[in-house]
Amino acid sequence: MNFLSIFVLVPALMMMGLYVSKTRKQIQFVTATGASILMILSGVITYMYLSERAAGNMAEMLFTADTVWYAPFNIHYSVGIDGISVAMLLLTSIIVFTGVFASWKIDPLPKEFFLWYCLLSIGVYGFFISTDMFTMFMYYEIALIPMYLLIGVWGSGRKEYGAMKLTLMLMGGSALLLVGILGIYYQSGATSMNILEIAKTTIPIQAQYYLFPLTFMGFGVLGAMFPFHTWSPDGHASAPTAVSMLHAGVLMKLGGYGCFRVAIYLMPQAAHEMSWIFLVLTGISVVYGAFSAIVQTDLKYINAYSSVSHCGLVLFAILMLNQTAMTGAILQMLSHGLMTALFFALIGMIYGRTHTRLITEMSGLMKVLPFLGVSYVIAGLASLGLPSLSGFVAEMTIFVGSFQETDTFHRVLTIVACTSIVITAVYILRVVGKILFGVIQDEHHKHLTDATWFERLSVVTLIIAIFALGSAPFWISNMIGESVLPVVTQLAK
Amino acid sequence: MDYSSFLQMREEFSLLVVMVILLVYDIFATEKALKQFQTVALSLFTLHTLLNCVPREAFAVAGGMFQYVPMQTYIKTILNIGTLIVLLQAHKYLDEDANRVKRGEFYFLTLSTLLGMYFMISSGNFLMFFIGLETASIPMATLVAFDKYNKKAAEAGAKYILSAVFASSISVFGISLIYGSTGTLYFNDIATVFTGTPLQLMAFVFFSVGLFFKISLVPFHLWTPDVYEGSQTNITSYLSVISKGAAVFVLFTLLVKVFPKIISDWQPILYGLAVLSITVANVFAIRQQNLKRFLAFSSISQAGYILLAIISGTALGMASLVYFVLVYMFSNLAAFGVLSVIEQRTSKVQMNDYNGLYQTNPKLSFVMMLALFSLAGIPPFAGFFSKFFIFSAAAQQGFYVLVFIALLNTIISLYYYLLVIKAMFLNTNEQPIETITSDIPVKISLVFCTIGILFVGLVSTFYDQIAVFSFGM
Repeated sequence: MNFLSIFVLVPALMMMGLYVSKTRKQIQFVTATGASILMILSGVITYMYLSERAAGNMAEMLFTADTVWYAPFNIHYSVGIDGISVAMLLLTSIIVFTGVFASWKIDPLPKEFFLWYCLLSIGVYGFFISTDMFTMFMYYEIALIPMYLLIGVWGSGRKEYGAMKLTLMLMGGSALLLVGILGIYYQSGATSMNILEIAKTTIPIQAQYYLFPLTFMGFGVLGAMFPFHTWSPDGHASAPTAVSMLHAGVLMKLGGYGCFRVAIYLMPQAAHEMSWIFLVLTGISVVYGAFSAIVQTDLKYINAYSSVSHCGLVLFAILMLNQTAMTGAILQMLSHGLMTALFFALIGMIYGRTHTRLITEMSGLMKVLPFLGVSYVIAGLASLGLPSLSGFVAEMTIFVGSFQETDTFHRVLTIVACTSIVITAVYILRVVGKILFGVIQDEHHKHLTDATWFERLSVVTLIIAIFALGSAPFWISNMIGESVLPVVTQLAK
Repeated sequence: MDYSSFLQMREEFSLLVVMVILLVYDIFATEKALKQFQTVALSLFTLHTLLNCVPREAFAVAGGMFQYVPMQTYIKTILNIGTLIVLLQAHKYLDEDANRVKRGEFYFLTLSTLLGMYFMISSGNFLMFFIGLETASIPMATLVAFDKYNKKAAEAGAKYILSAVFASSISVFGISLIYGSTGTLYFNDIATVFTGTPLQLMAFVFFSVGLFFKISLVPFHLWTPDVYEGSQTNITSYLSVISKGAAVFVLFTLLVKVFPKIISDWQPILYGLAVLSITVANVFAIRQQNLKRFLAFSSISQAGYILLAIISGTALGMASLVYFVLVYMFSNLAAFGVLSVIEQRTSKVQMNDYNGLYQTNPKLSFVMMLALFSLAGIPPFAGFFSKFFIFSAAAQQGFYVLVFIALLNTIISLYYYLLVIKAMFLNTNEQPIETITSDIPVKISLVFCTIGILFVGLVSTFYDQIAVFSFGM
């Protein structure tokens, strides 16, 4: 146990705090304090990481620690972070923090809600700090199961269906993954399940041919890769606000992160030879997700399909297998995490007021809800890639990276994926025009009140983060870029 | 002959002493002293568990009829703890007016089956094994039919004894063939001459049916749902955990000790049984509305998972197996504990009755949820670790496809476990089960199970201890 585990420990302590709290005030106090501590911690860890790198420590993972857990299986509890994990920890902290405020007045059973919410964040944090495949997988599954109850109890619409579909499909993904992990461990002949150890060995190519698809698909399910994306719209649409935020914002990134860290890093040869299959699939995700978003009328479905498209782009860029595109992929994870969280937060807030999510039933909301309206426009612009907002940086990097692959196959796919930018613009602008501008049709909507302080806090935090990433991306893209390097070297072997 | 060596069978003697004391106490104690019968019985049994939980050096008694290896202490301790939990959960039931007179029998019969399992586990000879098997089976049938005025229980008892006798007669036929082809019944001697001639293979198949029946693997499982449904819930939990736990351990020991030479023959058999058991039981479990039948099918599929540990035949597999049984015991007994509390108070066992349970009984629903998540193999609960280990043990021997099939089945199992959780947490009910205050023994047992579910996985000491004495081929 070293200090990285504190990221897991704080939510665990929050759970204990919640367990003894009685009133809503106490619950709010515990969650707000815990989430703020996590925010500060991730800031501190970023600073420590950067200063360590500046001091010339070029190890692949910093702050590593290793404790033997189950000796007969060579399972260790090992943690460590590189630039990508740092970026993901930052993202997680921001989303957890804003999620707490977005569900400040959650009803009913606030205590149980936050207990599950904290368990979910334990899973996410743990996943990003672990370097051992077993611990990674364990945290991955820890993050899955609270979803069922969070959606089932506090969700809306077809929540039981959505919750069951999401849980079972993600469990299906993890089944593929577990076979993959066991296969990697035994075939590599490594003496531990540590990713860094296994990377030093070479897995026989015949084994890679079936382990790579298993692992990639396993994580791909969580990354909403076509044709395994169908849990995402139903799940996200029925989830409560904070859960949609955390799930679309961070949990889906677990998929991309895992594909990158496990599938490609450990099986570079297979990645070279088989990437084309998944490039086609993710290419379909990108375009298909965007087209589906156009025809939806439910705000959450629109955003969920847009997530499919954007997360598809993450996997797509990872599969380009060059440094620029991969850096772009990680940036896209950050950018999409922030803006989709903002979207879901805003949709939740609008839904809480209008009690409808259908765009056909809303119009002219800008007049009564100026704060939410403006924020929605900002989120939309970030999503369609306006310069100085985060989306631009990420997509620009991805497409520049993708164009470096000069053969026809990659070129064609890149061009196809590029069209998603245009389609994104269509559905974003359509929604903005429909619900925010024009005349208010529904009489009830004239008396709506604008955001409260905790909603504003949540929204403003996310907007600041989006601006920060969009206008000063270099420190973070450098940090990511150098951490992508080991994977690129591995691929060049 | 030196009879003092018999005293080395400490576990068996200690259990026998407990049984005899209880029998005498039940017959001769005054009315006033009898009030304390259960307290005395539970304390004695706890004492017995504690006295016998430290492994000793390996030894053999009676020329190898009885063979002890340190690992057996662990499996026996697990069975002891499980029995203790079952007895705690049965406390309320046995305190009812109608059952008070039968308490002595209940304890005596339960402990006799346990004694039978002890001998079965430690046997070094097929005769000893068979005696143990029968000692474990016949009192079990009595226990199943314990509620003799309940038609379903009587029917279940008859079903159990008939199928058990049928299975053991096939088994003993197998043993006779083994004797006929090898000329000996001692495990150590058979191992060297059992080379897998057609006759010997037939003998092996016939013999193992008896054990497969005990473990209730598909297609030897048909008695399970009816018997589980008919018998009293605490007996059901005893059947599903203790009797099964002992049988899987014995199966593993026999396979690696007596039949190592025909590994290429028994591995495909187990492979098929594992796939069948897991899949068929899972598919059937989906449609169950009665929670006892539901848990019956769930326990059949769990037995299928256990085969994944056995099929490897390695020391790693052995350790994973014992660990799995330990975790399975905590999880299953927690689920059955909740079930029995609710059944005793309200006589409700249907899934619909559990709708909205969380509103009235948050603690019971919570324990039930932990138990089901653990059975489904969700981290951070112990069930995740035990499943991962058996998968790992099987994958180590290259059974990737089997692991994959088993994993696909965990998704199905998660679905039906979630159905119960959905009923308790999501569904609403006009008339939910009223708030239940459980009595102290049940509370102790449930707390104990909860602690087990939460910590046996996260703390690696348990597994490390078990792994020290594990053996394989």
